[in-house]
Amino acid sequence: MKIKTKSLLWALAAALNAPNVLASNELRLNMPPGISDMSQKVYDLHMLVFYICVVIAVGVFSVMLVSIIRHRKSNGRKPATFHENIKIEIIWTIIPFIILIAMAVPATITLLELDNTDDSELSIVVTGSQWRWHYNYLDYDVQFQSILATPNEQIYGRLPKSENYLHEVDRPLVLPTNTKVRFLITSEDVIHSWWVPEFAIKRDANPGYINESWTNIKEPGIYRGFCAELCGQGHAFMPIVVIAKEPADFEAWVHSEEQRLAAEAEQEQKLLAMEMSKDELMDLGRNIYLSQCAACHQPNGQGIPGVFPKLAGEGMAVGDKTAHINIVVNGSSGTAMQAFRSSLSMSELAAVITYERNAWGNNTGDLVQAADIFNFIQGEE
Amino acid sequence: MSTVVAENNDAHAGHHHSKPTGIKRWLFTTNHKDIGTLYLWFSFFMFMLGGSFALVIRMELFQPGMQIIEPHFFNQMTTMHGVIMVFGAVMPAFVGLANWMLPMMIGAPDMALPRMNNWSFWILPFAFLIMLSSMFMPGGGPAFGWTFYAPLSTSYSTDSTALFVFSMHIMGMSSIMGAINVIVTVVNMRAPGMGFMKMPMFAWTWLITAFLLIAVMPVLAGVVTMVLTDKFFGTSFFSAAGGGDPVLFQHLFWFFGHPEVYIMILPSFGIISAIIPAFARKPLFGYSSMVYATASIAGLSFLVWAHHMFTTGMPTFALLFFMYMTMLIAVPTGVKIFNWVTTMWRGSMTFETPMLFAIAFVVLFTIGGLSGIMLGVTPVDYQYHDTYFVIAHFHYVLVTGAVFSIMAAAYYWIPKWSGVMYDEKLGKLHFWCSLVSVNILFFPMHFVGLAGMPRRYPDYALQFADLNAIISVGGFLFGFSQLIFLVVMVKCAMKKGEPAPAKPWEGAEGLEWTVPSPAPYHTFDTPPEVK
Repeated sequence: MKIKTKSLLWALAAALNAPNVLASNELRLNMPPGISDMSQKVYDLHMLVFYICVVIAVGVFSVMLVSIIRHRKSNGRKPATFHENIKIEIIWTIIPFIILIAMAVPATITLLELDNTDDSELSIVVTGSQWRWHYNYLDYDVQFQSILATPNEQIYGRLPKSENYLHEVDRPLVLPTNTKVRFLITSEDVIHSWWVPEFAIKRDANPGYINESWTNIKEPGIYRGFCAELCGQGHAFMPIVVIAKEPADFEAWVHSEEQRLAAEAEQEQKLLAMEMSKDELMDLGRNIYLSQCAACHQPNGQGIPGVFPKLAGEGMAVGDKTAHINIVVNGSSGTAMQAFRSSLSMSELAAVITYERNAWGNNTGDLVQAADIFNFIQGEE
Repeated sequence: MSTVVAENNDAHAGHHHSKPTGIKRWLFTTNHKDIGTLYLWFSFFMFMLGGSFALVIRMELFQPGMQIIEPHFFNQMTTMHGVIMVFGAVMPAFVGLANWMLPMMIGAPDMALPRMNNWSFWILPFAFLIMLSSMFMPGGGPAFGWTFYAPLSTSYSTDSTALFVFSMHIMGMSSIMGAINVIVTVVNMRAPGMGFMKMPMFAWTWLITAFLLIAVMPVLAGVVTMVLTDKFFGTSFFSAAGGGDPVLFQHLFWFFGHPEVYIMILPSFGIISAIIPAFARKPLFGYSSMVYATASIAGLSFLVWAHHMFTTGMPTFALLFFMYMTMLIAVPTGVKIFNWVTTMWRGSMTFETPMLFAIAFVVLFTIGGLSGIMLGVTPVDYQYHDTYFVIAHFHYVLVTGAVFSIMAAAYYWIPKWSGVMYDEKLGKLHFWCSLVSVNILFFPMHFVGLAGMPRRYPDYALQFADLNAIISVGGFLFGFSQLIFLVVMVKCAMKKGEPAPAKPWEGAEGLEWTVPSPAPYHTFDTPPEVK
């Protein structure tokens, strides 16, 4: 018996220690303390409410425990017969009420402050779509989308998982510190929810409506968040990464970004006049397909029956070319197929359509050039 | 003329003394005890099925990475787990207990509307067959969570949504009919002398629950119909493109959904209020304040729905209103907990299995209630919302709350149902296995939620890995512990055990203990006199 207890204790100790051995990341048991005044206040409120609850629980459970130990038949207790006491019943109605008011007052003050987006110095439109985030800096000519950077090989266990597994993106949102930043949050398709725990911001992205929220980051750093509202099968795969920089560094970043995007647009105009070779189109198209399309239509073009259409050997990709261009550019309303005209450049659109029409045995031989997309969009207008 | 009357009398007598046997007995039965038994076994089967779906979820979440199933199937599992546990396990179990116990508790011969009673049970298996069969359609079954938020459940769902909607309608009809039956029975068929304020708490809590059901089930029916027409008939209730609003869906759903939460816990309050006095050998403390507390919880339940929606972007005024109302619910709930503790105080307690489950209920439900207060505080709910903290909270009130109370009820009344005592050793083993494993399962969810893990994630970042492994182990232990419960109940059903006296519990009160064990097929043909 003694040996058994001892070995049990050892097993327990080993189990408790295991996290430290296994963890590649630190084991966290509580909410992160805030990195802005606001999120610090939310954290403090959380701890206040938590401690009040602990005190109540300890009180109630101690009375129960004393009762369970002392008032048992095996101790020869005779049951009392009381079953009412108006005075005590009134007391234990009023005391919880007072405790609740003690919680409600700081909660109200914090909430009023949290919901006040006035006097912001920078506005960013955050748009969720299946399954990525778009960021649009309203005060600058900068917008881009941010996609999960963890490769499929890590998710499916063919490669070891990196330190920031599922918590890394290709293009993080960059924000200035010590600036009141306002987020205008919306969605293109289903409801998503933009959440960065360190900012104490979680706001639903509702299609067709805009929600507001704000933060004022104190320290430069990297902050990571998640989509918090079920948005389909890619729900766990659209993380948020925010890099906070000193205002001067942010200015430098945003201007270089403006220049880079302008240069890209110029290059795009040049490409309109140029023909890309089939190999170039297929190479670029494959990359775009894997990052933008494969989540639904699957890397092998097989789709998911009943949910996402198959592209290999049937449907759009082997049918009429203009219809194919139309659905990729404009999407298909009422379905998960979104319009890619704003998120992909014309040469990227051309490449991905060419890829779909020639990959997985779809040997249509069709080449689509950036100019074709340009003409298609012109023709629409 | 007189012969006709005599014949009628004979037919009547024949109806009473011979019953069809085999499958026909169960298909055509209008007997409240048979229907209660059907409900309870159905609910246990659904509990195991919904539980096995949960184990698929826990298997996938044991380690980071996608190992066993695909995200789309994972979403189907979370959806079906929720729907089955809410509508297939917890609610039918309570209706089963109501069927068995209410007529015997209030001295009535049967439920007031016995044929409707039969129907309200027998449509249920078909509802679940329809819903489960949708998983074999192309694209699989519902994958939008049991809350089926639009537009994920409308424009972005598969065609099997039509089956989901249809089966929800059938479940709703079943619940409404069950509720009507309870109200008519409790209001009209109480034994002479049993005034409302002399009714057992279980009858009170079920009466109030039944009114909640009748009030909100039509809202659920409305909202699923709107999903159906939005998806298939071109309406735009929930689509901004046609002038609708996706958040409207959430308001309608939670206007049903929050009272639904109390539908799943008020009958538990009645059960616990019967068991604790029985094993403390002391009358329930504050009977009338219990009744008033139950009624005020039910009333307030209509004014708190939007606390599920704090992050949807409501006006600040609405946020404040729903925060205050939510906090207010803690007052009557607190009264109930204090009353149970005071009932135990200076009693003469023994700790048979029903009492163990009842005490665990009080402790763990209190933990769930306290995390509920935390969730009600809007600014911090922004952090907790849609994380595992919420999952921990509602599993503490639903599993260690509702489900533990149902198990307590099963152990408490099984001698009356079967005529034999359950195996006390196995019962205690079931209790301790369940108690330990359920806490390994749900307690770490608080931490993983606070650390930032969102719910309904098929895969997660590495810092959540250790806690998820522990949670999964707890899940499997808890799931397999329920097989002990199955063994105990099957043994009773097969009449293996000590024969039970009419009143097996020394301190138990109530009319159900005045009839022999097992309860005869028909009880209280002539109503008892209550003083």
